[in-house]
Amino acid sequence: MSRLSSRHLLGLEDVPKEDITMILDAAETFREVLDREIKKLPTLRGITVLNLFYEPSTRTRISFELAEKRLSADTINFTKATSSVTKGESLRDTVQNIEAMKLDMCVVRHASVGVPYYLTQCMDANIINAGDGTHEHPTQALLDMFTIRKIYGKIEGLRVVLLGDVMHSRVIRSNIWGLKTMGASVALCAPSTLIPHGVEVFGCDVYTHLDEALDGADVVNIMRIQLERQKAGLFPSQREYTNLFGINQARLKRLNKNYTIMHPGPMNRGVEVTSDVADSERSVILDQVTNGQAVRMAVLYLLSGRKEEQE
Amino acid sequence: MASKKYDLVIRGGRVIDPALGFGRDACVLVKEGRIAAIEAETAAVKKMLRSFDENQIVDAAGKLVVPGLIDIHVHLREPGNEGAETIYTGCRAAAAGGFTSICCMPNTNPRIDSQETVRFIQDRAKGCDARVYVAGAITKNIEGQELAEIGDLVKMGAVAITDDGHYVQNPEIMRRALQYARMFNIPVAQHAEDNFLCEGGVMNESPESARLGMKGRPAVGEEIAINRDLALCRLTESRLHIQHVSTRRGVEAIRWAKKQGIRVTAEACPHHFVLTDDEIGKRFDTNLKVNPPIRTREDCAALIEGLVDGTIDCIASDHAPHSIESKDSEFDQAPSGMIGLETTLALVKTYLIDKGYLNWADAIRKMTISPARIFGLPGGTLEVGAPADIAIIDPEKKWTVKAENFRSRSRNSAFIGWKLSGKAAVTILGGRVVYSA
Repeated sequence: MSRLSSRHLLGLEDVPKEDITMILDAAETFREVLDREIKKLPTLRGITVLNLFYEPSTRTRISFELAEKRLSADTINFTKATSSVTKGESLRDTVQNIEAMKLDMCVVRHASVGVPYYLTQCMDANIINAGDGTHEHPTQALLDMFTIRKIYGKIEGLRVVLLGDVMHSRVIRSNIWGLKTMGASVALCAPSTLIPHGVEVFGCDVYTHLDEALDGADVVNIMRIQLERQKAGLFPSQREYTNLFGINQARLKRLNKNYTIMHPGPMNRGVEVTSDVADSERSVILDQVTNGQAVRMAVLYLLSGRKEEQE
Repeated sequence: MASKKYDLVIRGGRVIDPALGFGRDACVLVKEGRIAAIEAETAAVKKMLRSFDENQIVDAAGKLVVPGLIDIHVHLREPGNEGAETIYTGCRAAAAGGFTSICCMPNTNPRIDSQETVRFIQDRAKGCDARVYVAGAITKNIEGQELAEIGDLVKMGAVAITDDGHYVQNPEIMRRALQYARMFNIPVAQHAEDNFLCEGGVMNESPESARLGMKGRPAVGEEIAINRDLALCRLTESRLHIQHVSTRRGVEAIRWAKKQGIRVTAEACPHHFVLTDDEIGKRFDTNLKVNPPIRTREDCAALIEGLVDGTIDCIASDHAPHSIESKDSEFDQAPSGMIGLETTLALVKTYLIDKGYLNWADAIRKMTISPARIFGLPGGTLEVGAPADIAIIDPEKKWTVKAENFRSRSRNSAFIGWKLSGKAAVTILGGRVVYSA
């Protein structure tokens, strides 16, 4: 059986095309399972998975937990607020103590960039990044790509616009790497103050005018705009953001006929996207959520049982 | 039969003293803790050396004999954070690195903003393996609000003032600090990073910070900070010392200012001219986290150019110890800074001398007489009558930086595992051997 080239999923930047394809193919199988009456497989029986969530999360945490349960894994949920972290325990001590209770895999969400890598240096478990600061969120990008591939039958050659806070979005970063690896053409669009210095490192087309970015695009993936960025002085008001960068029906005319609207959530309706667009038949926002489970099942399945000595 | 005329001789080495313009094989003779003579090893001298006891002779064959190195940017962490470093361990690290004089920064706990703290450090430094000079704070508690009692600090022996680690953000306060310091003829040393532009940043702002999604500390923060202070320095006709310059435009600003006759000096740290920010994403090594941050290849090249053409006067380590526990953390949670006393000489040898940018005399100048003059310190030369502070350097010694070999109490070096060339073989402080490899 072919295998992924790494025993961890830390980000998509260095993940080769073969690996992404393998994950998306495996996810197809699991996606079918989700439509069955009995949505459970014995695949990960005996495997213990820690969901280590240092940051609040609804969608991703539940999605991972359900994915684990549907694969018959034993799951432990860690949340920062109810843990000894509040007593001053370090991250290394926290995970090593939990690992001492014997676990196999760790799904981690943390506000600090690089924590998934750091955990590979602290523990033996397979590490899956569920979002590290403003760095990467690889399973979100994988589910976005899975959703795109399901609609168009391919990713290569499509024009995808990643719209929103490029500077702070881990979803955008992971999408950039994944989509480029799979051969899509990627456009970034944001207010100039939310485009990081050094953006050329991504090798994408960069737009500060929404209409230009949308011209001839197939997919628009809309990111949540966070109010605290306005407080930090990065844009003047939510109102102006909506005027300049909000997606509404009128703007969609620029897109290719067969366009798709995506959003990783949580959504600010009426801010970055109007409700009529978000709820339209071209929107696949809820499909993304369903597909997310299948993709996470695939990642868990493909990484499980991969030990250090196999590398 | 021991020599009565001299206490110690260092023979067989090549003596380099940029302050004297001296550079040839010679014997250095020491008496009562001071340099007594530098003599070619003539037949007459050879004859005289026969009267020396074995323990009065230091064999420096194949080695360089230079004035004890001087580092004007060191954090000793005592008082307040003795788990990371003490004055005693910091001085031991200095000796192992060839340094005989160091100047400690005031961001201890309590801050060095009163005579009591200066005196405490001077007392603790007695009998240690290096001379410890003290930089006092510019402002009370390093808060950037009100001037510290600078006259008091100077009276107690402070050789410079700085709020190191913090930029004096308020230009009015900085103006007054420069004016006030001028009365005492001491330099004002500045950590030049604008707080508004850099606060919260954990690495250089660059394509690398974009890629990693980390908050950047932009180079323009340093450029603006330096340029503002150059303007204030010109206005006040005072003496400004720019600490740890890290950017190309920072170097250019200082070069321009020197041409204008502005009384500015500058230092560069080895980590800034050796390391680049693309190292960070590889392993998220918190030892690479430092303020100002490690920058780009272009910046490294500009720093080296500045060292070569004299824009940058001296080399300093910004030795900044942090405990293993505090550095073993998430990258953005880790404290900033890395130790440097025990690697600076080898990094200068490996990355400046071996690459052909500086010769030994230039490099030694930037680590001896040049920093001594900036902070008005005695030493930095082997002239007759000067304290016998001497570093004997094994110039081609190949060695690997190992965490367990540091004499510093901390281990936070980004160079662990690096193979370097050049190392202190013997360090002599006031005629006493304080380190021998």
